Amino acid sequence: MDLKISSSVATSGERAAVDAVIGAPAPDEPGALRGGTNLRAVRGGEALRGIRHQLLPVLHSVNDRIGWISRGAINYVAERMDVAPAEVYGVASFYALFSMEPRERRQVHACVDLACRAMGGPREEDLPEGVHPSPCLGACERAPAALVMEAGATVRHELAAPLATGELAALAGGAWPSAESAVASATPQVARGDSTLVLLGRVGRVDPSSLDDYRAHDGYRALARAIEIGPEAVVAEVTASGLVGRGGAAFPTGRKWQAVAGQPAAPHHLVCNADESEPGTFKDRVVLEGDPFSLIEAMTIAAYATGCAHGWIYLRGEYPRALASLERAIAACRGSGLLGDDVLGAGFAFDVTIIRGAGAYICGEETAIFNSIEGYRGEPRNKPPFPVESGLFGKPTVINNVETLVNVPHILLRGGAEWAAQGSEGSKGRKLFCVSGAVREPGVYEVEFGPTLRDLIGLAGGMRDGSELGAVLLGGAAGGFVGPGDLDLPLTMEATRAAGATLGSGVVLVLDRSVDMVDQLRRIAAFFRDESCGQCVPCRVGTVRQEEIVSRLARGTTPGDLALLRDVGRVMRDASICGLGQTANNAIESAIARLGVLQP
Amino acid sequence: MVGLATVFGAGGGTSSYSEVEQTDLIVMWGSNARAAHPIFFHHVLKGVRNGAKLYVVDPRRSETAQWADLWLGLDVGTDIALSNTIAREIIHAGLANRGFIERATSNYEAYAASVEEWTLERGSAVTGVPAGAIRELAHAFATAPTAQLCWTLGITEHHNGVDNVLSLINLALLCGHVGRPNAGLNPLRGQNNVQGGGDMGALPNRLPGFQDVEDDAARAKFDAAWGSVIPSRNGRNLTQMFEAMSEGSLTGLFVVGENPAQSEADVSHAVHLLESLDHLVVQDIFLTKTAELADVVLPGSASWCEAEGTVTNSERRVQRVRKAIDPPGGARDDIAIIVELARAMGHDWPNRSSEDVWNELRSLSPMHRGMTYARLEELGGIQWPCYSEDALEPTFLHGRLWAERPEDRGRLAPFSVVVDEPPVESCTPEFPLRLTTGRRLDSYNTGVQSGGFSSPLRFGETVDVSPEDAASLGVADGEVVRIASPRGAVTAPVRVDPALRPGLVFMTMHFPDEVNTNLLTIDAVDPKSGTAEFKAAAVRIERLEAAVAGD
Amino acid sequence: MTDTVTGLSVRRAVALTIDGEQVSVAEGSTILDACRSMGKEVPTLCYGDTITPKNACRVCMVEVTGSRVLVPSCSRKVEAGMEVVTRSERVDHSRRMVLELLGSSVDLSLTRNVARWNAEYGAQPDRHGPAAQPGSGRDDAVTGHHEPADGTVASNVHQPVKVDNELYVRDYSKCILCYQCVDACGEQWQNTFAIAVAGRGFDARISTEFDVSLPDSACVYCGNCIQVCPTGALMFSSEHAMRADGTWREEDQSQVTTVCPYCGVGCSLTLHVQDNEIVKVTSPSDHSVTHGNLCIKGRFGFQHVQNRGEPRD
Repeated sequence: MDLKISSSVATSGERAAVDAVIGAPAPDEPGALRGGTNLRAVRGGEALRGIRHQLLPVLHSVNDRIGWISRGAINYVAERMDVAPAEVYGVASFYALFSMEPRERRQVHACVDLACRAMGGPREEDLPEGVHPSPCLGACERAPAALVMEAGATVRHELAAPLATGELAALAGGAWPSAESAVASATPQVARGDSTLVLLGRVGRVDPSSLDDYRAHDGYRALARAIEIGPEAVVAEVTASGLVGRGGAAFPTGRKWQAVAGQPAAPHHLVCNADESEPGTFKDRVVLEGDPFSLIEAMTIAAYATGCAHGWIYLRGEYPRALASLERAIAACRGSGLLGDDVLGAGFAFDVTIIRGAGAYICGEETAIFNSIEGYRGEPRNKPPFPVESGLFGKPTVINNVETLVNVPHILLRGGAEWAAQGSEGSKGRKLFCVSGAVREPGVYEVEFGPTLRDLIGLAGGMRDGSELGAVLLGGAAGGFVGPGDLDLPLTMEATRAAGATLGSGVVLVLDRSVDMVDQLRRIAAFFRDESCGQCVPCRVGTVRQEEIVSRLARGTTPGDLALLRDVGRVMRDASICGLGQTANNAIESAIARLGVLQP
Repeated sequence: MVGLATVFGAGGGTSSYSEVEQTDLIVMWGSNARAAHPIFFHHVLKGVRNGAKLYVVDPRRSETAQWADLWLGLDVGTDIALSNTIAREIIHAGLANRGFIERATSNYEAYAASVEEWTLERGSAVTGVPAGAIRELAHAFATAPTAQLCWTLGITEHHNGVDNVLSLINLALLCGHVGRPNAGLNPLRGQNNVQGGGDMGALPNRLPGFQDVEDDAARAKFDAAWGSVIPSRNGRNLTQMFEAMSEGSLTGLFVVGENPAQSEADVSHAVHLLESLDHLVVQDIFLTKTAELADVVLPGSASWCEAEGTVTNSERRVQRVRKAIDPPGGARDDIAIIVELARAMGHDWPNRSSEDVWNELRSLSPMHRGMTYARLEELGGIQWPCYSEDALEPTFLHGRLWAERPEDRGRLAPFSVVVDEPPVESCTPEFPLRLTTGRRLDSYNTGVQSGGFSSPLRFGETVDVSPEDAASLGVADGEVVRIASPRGAVTAPVRVDPALRPGLVFMTMHFPDEVNTNLLTIDAVDPKSGTAEFKAAAVRIERLEAAVAGD
Repeated sequence: MTDTVTGLSVRRAVALTIDGEQVSVAEGSTILDACRSMGKEVPTLCYGDTITPKNACRVCMVEVTGSRVLVPSCSRKVEAGMEVVTRSERVDHSRRMVLELLGSSVDLSLTRNVARWNAEYGAQPDRHGPAAQPGSGRDDAVTGHHEPADGTVASNVHQPVKVDNELYVRDYSKCILCYQCVDACGEQWQNTFAIAVAGRGFDARISTEFDVSLPDSACVYCGNCIQVCPTGALMFSSEHAMRADGTWREEDQSQVTTVCPYCGVGCSLTLHVQDNEIVKVTSPSDHSVTHGNLCIKGRFGFQHVQNRGEPRD
């Protein structure tokens, strides 16, 4: 297109970062050195615009290598990809992990979110100079947490968790976190030697970098079984298992697969939602770090069943270990013919691309994820059309959460009917819970659906010494609070729904009585105000008004404010485009209604 | 207009804007529509967004070319060489539409033989375009289910402009990309009513509705309606008029809404001829340079906002113009001026409204017959032909060529043997640079209209040069230089433009009062159309200190 | 379905119920289309008839039986048997709140119908608190971070007017983020992409790259963004100046549609005339040549007929 490019020129490092993703320009492409035949013929158009889905990876590459994204870098990206600089800027500025202003190569992000706050982590105003506040880093079992990122030819990310006293200041001063074992401490059941675990069966027990080890522990038996029974039978087994989506919406997975399998439009896409950003959630991270092959196998089965030639893992940008783990696993699978043009010699092609998120909670929304992958701002789309009809690149798309997918190999090995025999009438199978806060052994817990909240807290070792239960946040910031009187609530979908609560993404954040609930609510309000994409009025302005009202109420109840908050919450719930706005008032409302917080 | 009329019998684009949105491939040849026809380019972009491939043939990598899937940067004036090379490649690759050629065309064998010498190698050597790029365009054009070929002044403003047009029509005939939905030929008209002027018979060889002056039956119809005898021979085109002025056989001139004292190539010669006329009358809304030379100036009204009437656009759509404001004091409606002139000449014409005049036209021009003012209003304009008040014709022309029965096909469309001829003026050691001209987005022709508003985009006249030439000439962006052709010289600031390759420089005609580009251009004209070769002159650029020292 | 001879699409009719009344509209119509065909007013703010609905403002929400949440009527296509309710306590509440949220954060003084709708739906933007002082930092917002609100004032988007060229004025205090200017400048029409939405959440804003001035941006001054702007945030400088002088009298203006005097494309111009002067040029949105779009010449190139003082030298 007829781009207007300013005089700012990319540095050689910035060009190299872009070229590392999309290759150096051919002599007849924009961005190539002038001379020779490109004075007579230049290629452009769709050949350049067709790689728009590389925009996010390209921006990551520059941000990783240089530490920020300059005008010159944006100009070079614009020329190479035939996207206007304003458009690139609009996309880059959507994501919190990118900076368009010069900054130090080394950045420290301290979690100021719910679990970390509750466990003595810093508030925004407490942060040492040079440390940025961050939403939940997904390390709640080790709260409080911080992430250090250092840009360079090889970007370095290290998680510091739990932060020792004074460690944050040291990190800001240039120190690196001490090495620790992430996985073992995140799965207390594994550490206890619990042999009944299924979804977590391999986590902490097999070498996550070894395909052989995975295969030695039932790995890829399910795919072989799938190929043996054929795609329709796979869908039938998944349907029979009663599996529903674990991302929070609980849509029947089999029905989703069936719908995509039957779509005549081609190609079909498979997207794995690994943008685990719900405050208090860290189960997907644990699976990805500890058992990455299980996700690859599950995706391969899903693709086989639904006719997808390509899979996309949209991975949270703040999960460097999971990224490394998945990259290793994918490389190993490609090397062994488990991904590629002819998977297992069974005559179908499948491969997987990892797209890193860049600091946007909204990109966990199933249609925002498509826009983000496609190189646009991660704004949700209006539904209908639904993804099964028109999803990624406008094609029929299966989108499943990590936890949902890793159920699939087990369902195939055990059979759908047997799987469905687990759990309760309305909640079949097994579930991962992210238990954090004031319990003795926080971590990811796998249970067959059925235990009560009390049981789960018991499983996590009970309350910490000296702690007394004040409240539990179920389902994350988009979920709701329950109180000590709800301990006998069975943690099933039907029971929580009946109680006006939700399991959401499986968050069970246990708060001590001493935790400042008003502070928790203010943080929730601030979180949604930061993470709203800004597209629709109810959410864009409603989250601002909600924060203002909560701030006022925190200083003492003012007349009319509770009613105003209800009005704002109601319009967000009724009229927002997506689930973010629709749930942005849930937790606050539940705290007011169930716990009496902010009440006169 | 001449080229299309020669081949198809009607001097209009064969397709429609909406079809450009639905086509599979678009070639923009010698057209910087992004800047010169921006809203037409919206339709092109709809097509591109709908999946059409876009190829752009232009010496410059213009704003339009930057949208292309592939830009072919040919040497100025080598369009026929490129077209013939594409034709040979299509024929040799077996991609010509044999069925259409046999059914609907004539003179194919002679044409095929004439392009035989144009191998990719030779075409590449003559045009400068890599052979692979030519081959790609040839194959893409021939294999596209439907294709649109669009051109503008980059094709017509040459001494052989009509042959250039014919060479493009040949390509459409070769592949059957005409007479079908979403396939066709689109000449983009440079001025808002160029098409309408032709439609209304403002051509030396046509009566309204493209009826032939030399056709006795057609003339008789007009003789009867007008109560007068129309001369039976073709008149003179603009170039022939200037030739006649030069010979002394034309001594009086009535100029309506034109500014030849600034718009003609080799303009100092043109001014001299206008000055030597016995009598010059100019009817215009401005006191133009030409009006300043006139014996009588008739202040007219701005046809698009101070008067009622119709204009015809590049897709043959006749649309209403309407009066929104009163003309300034003293200026009069153009119809009233004509009526007054007639009365002064002793004919007592009645006062007529624009609708009266239009209805007379409808009674004489079959292709306009169905276009009542009421229908034009209701439908937002109507494309010609429109024969009847209760029907509309297809949006494309010449569907007859695809008719099953030979008798329904009408006259076969002839291939034209066209010969590559370089521009009249070659580059020489003395004048080593090729000057080509064109428009910028925010300005128009000689700037008489567009000079009326302040544009943040406007930077005045410049001579645009490639970065390489700027370096070798030792001139910096913004430096004022002298540009000289064999006919004259002007000074203008340099603008370094990477859209140009070494050896090619670019200027506009938008600021003739400051920089009179037409002092440089050559008045070599196409005898068939009367259009001058504005697109190719030879110039040199001198730094001002050097020029002063050299003088 | 397209008729291969005429090129006109032939659409089937779809029957549905709106507020208990049966109505039948062409397949592919939206609920809004259907409501309008019945003469039913549904308020819209971000909707424009030349742009694919973004359904961002959410003022046009209606109830559709079977839908958990309210449904944007501007973009939801009708389905056979659909049951729609356009007025209910729930719908009215939602509309009232959208009007309040926008009214308390954006200057809607030039947005058509808002005062009437505020009255009709009982919207009281003031109850969200006194307006915050205009700020100048919106273009520097850091994505994902904000200064915590204390609730003493209602945050808003009020900011200084941007004047950086002779033709346009951008007053983003009036911007409701309808996205229409971005879509008109971008892929849907002009394909210049001089502006995009930048930032996120309440800090989302219409911006050039790095907020450079329009003359430094890719802007080509086609005015297509201004034509679609529903709130007066984007305005021609001439209109802005006349409004400032108190000489802009829309009620005294006539509108005449004619054809552009420049190139041969034949774009329809609607001339807005006040006191025998052209004061603004728009283009009819339903015309097949322009679809409401123009270029800089068509939009601004009218001055030559009213530079009536000195003859041009």
